[in-house]
Amino acid sequence: MADFPPPASGLKLDHVEIDLETRRLVTLDRLVPPGEVLTVMGDSGSGKSSLLDFVAGFLAPAFRARGRIWLDGVEITSLPPQERKVGLMFQAPLLFPHMSVGENLLFGLDRSKDQDRGQRRTLAEDALRDVGLAGFFDRDPATLSGGQQTRVALMRLLLAEPGALLLDEPFSSLDQTRRADLRNLVFSKAREKGLPILLVTHDPDDAEAAGGAMVRL
Amino acid sequence: MTRQPALLQRALPTAVILLLIAGPVCLGLAGTLLPAFGYLPALGGSVLSLDPFRAVLSEPGIGLSLALSLGTGLAATAISLAIVALFTAAWFETRVFKAMTRFLSPLLSVPHAAAAIGLAFVIAPSGLIVRLLSPWATGFDRPPDLLIIHDPLGLTMTAGLIAKEVPFLFLMTLAALPQTEARRHLRIAANLGYGRMAGFFKVALPQIYPQIRLPVLAVLAYSTSVVDVARILGPTTPAPLAPRIIDWMADADPALRLQASAGAVLQLLLSVGAILIWRFGEILCSRIARSGRSSGRRYSRDAAMRQMAAVPVGLLIAAMVAALAALALWSLTAGWWFPQAFPTALTLRHWAGLFPGGSHLVGDTLLIALPAAVVAIALIVWQLELWTRTGPRRRHAAFRNLMFLPLLVPQISFLFGLQVLFLVAGWDGTYVAVALTHLVFVLPYVFLALSDPWDHLDPRLAKVAATLGASQNRILWSIRLPMLLRPLMVAAAIGFAVSIGQYLPTLMIGAGRIATITTESVALASGGSRSVAAVYAMLQLMLPLLGFVLASVVPAIAFRHRLALRLQR
Repeated sequence: MADFPPPASGLKLDHVEIDLETRRLVTLDRLVPPGEVLTVMGDSGSGKSSLLDFVAGFLAPAFRARGRIWLDGVEITSLPPQERKVGLMFQAPLLFPHMSVGENLLFGLDRSKDQDRGQRRTLAEDALRDVGLAGFFDRDPATLSGGQQTRVALMRLLLAEPGALLLDEPFSSLDQTRRADLRNLVFSKAREKGLPILLVTHDPDDAEAAGGAMVRL
Repeated sequence: MTRQPALLQRALPTAVILLLIAGPVCLGLAGTLLPAFGYLPALGGSVLSLDPFRAVLSEPGIGLSLALSLGTGLAATAISLAIVALFTAAWFETRVFKAMTRFLSPLLSVPHAAAAIGLAFVIAPSGLIVRLLSPWATGFDRPPDLLIIHDPLGLTMTAGLIAKEVPFLFLMTLAALPQTEARRHLRIAANLGYGRMAGFFKVALPQIYPQIRLPVLAVLAYSTSVVDVARILGPTTPAPLAPRIIDWMADADPALRLQASAGAVLQLLLSVGAILIWRFGEILCSRIARSGRSSGRRYSRDAAMRQMAAVPVGLLIAAMVAALAALALWSLTAGWWFPQAFPTALTLRHWAGLFPGGSHLVGDTLLIALPAAVVAIALIVWQLELWTRTGPRRRHAAFRNLMFLPLLVPQISFLFGLQVLFLVAGWDGTYVAVALTHLVFVLPYVFLALSDPWDHLDPRLAKVAATLGASQNRILWSIRLPMLLRPLMVAAAIGFAVSIGQYLPTLMIGAGRIATITTESVALASGGSRSVAAVYAMLQLMLPLLGFVLASVVPAIAFRHRLALRLQR
């Protein structure tokens, strides 16, 4: 049974069960408090990605899921992906290739605020400076290194002001040294903004660096 | 969970597209069938009878006409397929293959009529080849009295069809290859010691053929019922069935209209018969192939055979290049007496002669082709986007097969009835009617061109955009469509080229009131000035070419600062 009242902050996975045909892939009942990381480890095919798809709202109809998801006291289980406010990072940075670095950031920046063009651009440039990419606004994303692209992808996500982060092995495409840098960057940003993180990985280093609770699928 | 659109909204684009494709074909067939049995109240026929069929079958030389249609169609299809299969077997994944791909792709956009006119200029007794050899080798100082064009067996017509169908089947094969495991299986076969060609025929072709079968049958249906190529290159005494039907239709005698519709039904039966014969051939070939597959013979030394497999494709490309050169020369020639290999003087007179008379032909051509291409793109994007939003693409395969419907039914068999229906509705000879009829043929090609690139777009990009709060419509307009700019432009250019190439739909639904550069060039090719015919044939080439140039230039400019998109093909 669900806990009532639901926690007023953090990401609550409330008796989540995901099945593919007759196979149970995921059973999870956890609260991820703000600024903390829940690491989910498992081999490929273990349902790690289905869990993220379920939380983000992309679960394919072939899967059957039960349970509820609460974010900061609001149930998001049946909201469309656009309204869930959970930011998703994949293995690849997935910057939109037809937009400049700055346009990618502006795509993430919420439009409903009354900001004029100049203010929006300033916010995007500040975000770039924040991750050591000052002056990259007009660059073509394809000319950036993998680590730089991942940093842009992170800032694009944060500018959309999510309430939680879902990370799908976001560091696996990077080499060892960059991986540690970026991991620290992502975790410190999330902590700074008080975002709960759901991290899916098969890399034990990721799990160790995350420092939070860990479950195995 | 993604919100599912309401059922009506979900089914609407599919319904509209299928209505636009199957509607004209089915209604048209019905409109052909009734008059074929003597029922056409507008012309006073209200009693069902077999008289129209009797009239067709008592036409002089009708047996020969039927045999010509069947024979040239089957031969053109079988030879085209053999050329493509042998060439792919011999040269797949080589530099030669890549080079040929680059040559064959643009040939696809050359309309049938223009290709046929150009070929006629090359191989006619007074054509480029004889001129180049005369008088030093042949001794001719006047064109020899040989029946090369319009030869009674239809050999030239068959060659003309092959020249156009090889590029089509080749590109269909190219599109089918990545959808199979052929590439890896060929490596396994090579590793087991099989020669390139043996490996292809034993391992890859059985996987590829089912994928290209509908295009092959479309080629067969087209070749057995072609009108424009038959008029330009085909026999005349008697002509194959399809052009004879057009003659009966154009006759002032109303009884001949009933006979024409009976002819159109007969044409349908003939094309279905050709497909049945083809099916029988398929069974026979697969029997033979099956025993060959387990023989264990490697045929590992196939160098000579591979060289030979390149010959037909090389010849074909040479012939088409010569044909285009001949068209260009004839459109510019001021005087070109036999046996000179080159015009004595060049002039722009024939081109200038386009104005003002011919400019409305160009205008009408564009007025039909542009809306047809734009509407087709909009409808297909609507359909593909809906599939993307509703998730799994169950209906995709069935939808794709239905797209081939208008390509598998002989055009003449349903256009005849459609013409009657438009006449009854008072729409005959209007731009809308002609454009709607073109759309029947434009939609399938636009779908074929766009669905693969659409499906190959990384779905994670849309997921990222959605989690950033972008609505479905915003994802469509600012992610999917801009990223697909190049395939969208190419699909539009293909649709535009398909519309421009339409001869029979324009001729029949235009009802003589709407003419395009294609109907005009076919009319001029039989009789009339060679140079003026060449000008219109050149226009038929240049307008689609312009479309393809735009399709490569616009994305190149739009993405000039976007490396990832500039490098994509």
